[in-house]
Amino acid sequence: MLTGKPFELVCPAGALPALKAAVDNGADCVYTGLKDNTNARNFTGLNFDDAQLREGIRYAHDRRVKVLLALNTYPQTATWNRWTAAVDKAADFGVDAIILADPGLMEYAKAKHPQLRLHLSVQGSATSYEAINFYYEQFGIQRAVLPRVLAMAQVEHVVKHTPVEIEVFGFGGLCVMVEGRCALSAYVTGDSPNTVGVCSPGKAVRYEQTAAGMETRLNGVLIDRFAEGEKTGYPTLCKGRFEVNDETYYAIEEPTSLNTLELLPKLMEIGVKAVKIEGRQRSPAYVAQVTKVWREAIDAALRNRQNFSVREAWMAELNKVSEGNMHTLGAYYRPWK
Amino acid sequence: MKLALGPLLYYWPRQQVFDFYEAIAQAPVDIVYLGETVCARRHELRVQDWAEIAHKLTATGKQAVLGTQTLIESESDLKTLRRVIDETGFLTEANDMGAVRILAAEKRPFVAGPFLNVFNSATLALLARLGATRWVMPVEMSRDVLRDLQAHRSAGLETEVFAYGRLPLAFSARCFTARHFNLQKDDCQFKCLEFPDGLLIRTREQQEFLTLNGIQTQSSKVYNLIGEVDDLRELGVDILRISPQSRHTTELLDIFRARLEGSLDAAAARTKMAALALAEPCNGFWYGKPGLDQIAA
Repeated sequence: MLTGKPFELVCPAGALPALKAAVDNGADCVYTGLKDNTNARNFTGLNFDDAQLREGIRYAHDRRVKVLLALNTYPQTATWNRWTAAVDKAADFGVDAIILADPGLMEYAKAKHPQLRLHLSVQGSATSYEAINFYYEQFGIQRAVLPRVLAMAQVEHVVKHTPVEIEVFGFGGLCVMVEGRCALSAYVTGDSPNTVGVCSPGKAVRYEQTAAGMETRLNGVLIDRFAEGEKTGYPTLCKGRFEVNDETYYAIEEPTSLNTLELLPKLMEIGVKAVKIEGRQRSPAYVAQVTKVWREAIDAALRNRQNFSVREAWMAELNKVSEGNMHTLGAYYRPWK
Repeated sequence: MKLALGPLLYYWPRQQVFDFYEAIAQAPVDIVYLGETVCARRHELRVQDWAEIAHKLTATGKQAVLGTQTLIESESDLKTLRRVIDETGFLTEANDMGAVRILAAEKRPFVAGPFLNVFNSATLALLARLGATRWVMPVEMSRDVLRDLQAHRSAGLETEVFAYGRLPLAFSARCFTARHFNLQKDDCQFKCLEFPDGLLIRTREQQEFLTLNGIQTQSSKVYNLIGEVDDLRELGVDILRISPQSRHTTELLDIFRARLEGSLDAAAARTKMAALALAEPCNGFWYGKPGLDQIAA
């Protein structure tokens, strides 16, 4: 086990090249998944087979970076053994922690591998210290990742009332819904983040050039229509334009990214332990760029929290890779709600 | 099989809520879930008001259950949660793991609500050990996954399935109803009161799609398992949940009751229901398909 840093940068590693990019650019931890529905980024071409995982762990550990394995979908009875085998593999391969959402699986992990560190996934939907302390008392979790729903004062309140380390999302794609409490993709496509590990899956997507413009559909449902000159976005179903009372707008959420760089000193001050970058489905170039900026920002804030200011160059770099080239403070900023 | 009325997911004026449950007291339903489970800002009824309704329903021989708020954000949410559990004396439906923690610590029996994400036997057995006497299947779960869970279910644990109503699909910190009016949640002007069955979202080609209900997003279609009652019975489901709508709820309960008693066949029930529904039916989740699909039984 590698020793913990005062404030950790947790970066996405969808595959080996991204893992190396994260490690090389200053991640403290990388998080990974296996090539199946045991994790919430079950995308074609993504994730790690056994050899790649071993290689990734070796590469990271040689450079004193931790490897976390996300097993954060909800196992079903018929396929239960796939998830327990994945837990066993994590222990066997020597990952530094596994990220779980399902209580039954946590119970298994605790009984079978008591030395294996457990993190509560954002998919566990634990938004209060009562919920987090439930997982602490039952399974001894050592860290919880907060859903992207709490305002800053609420995050602080949680930190004060639990012995569990708190990790928050700092940057990347923004789920406007409470993670683990969203069946929208299942409703439209049959594939659920909770059980299949995908949202708005590519196989259900159709782009169609029509007289009215470029239309994007998900299992036949029109998610958005783009006029000439408008940039066509991926039809993530909560980020389309819809009609409510004859008004057409982003009824749920704009295509935008979360970016909390300016909140870094505050997150450190209130005792948050780690910040997570979203994007295991993104390219190694994205991972390298975002990791590098956040590493610099965290180091600057650790050196001098009081005088921390966000550099324009950092924001410019991050905006380049943001969804829709826009960013938001999300729920940390109360009026967003 | 027993019939349950799920918690009122919408926000109605106080008197309308009392009138609604006056009518429910006479309706053929065995269990009634009460309480505000969606949004902390909704205060037409306080916890003691819900307890008062629960007492009245209990007096007519029904089981009253108080549900907890699904998305807990603040200490004040937790205070309400503790009041629901500690001050009312009724059975609690736990809708998040914080509620489970408190109930288990007090060694109180509870209903494991539909948002706890119980997808496997290990998690179900754990909840049963912690005091769950009943669990409500996640709405997105299929009959095949349920069959496996039923096969290993702990003795004495009842299974309830959401069988009728617009599907509660998602929760957010953001209020989409307030957003529609360009209002912030903290100053929402209680716009939900204007939409007794939620606010409809259509696609840009006018297809009915979803329903905004404050911080909750529902389907626009009405999930309806009236055609699957034999299936549900064969799987050993104990309770069917009907979700309240602003009109016709008691008639819908009558139809389900008649279907359960065998005095109405599925086709006749469907015909009767069509006139009472808010929108087209769907049942895809039950068959492991997209939820919006309607599969012929």
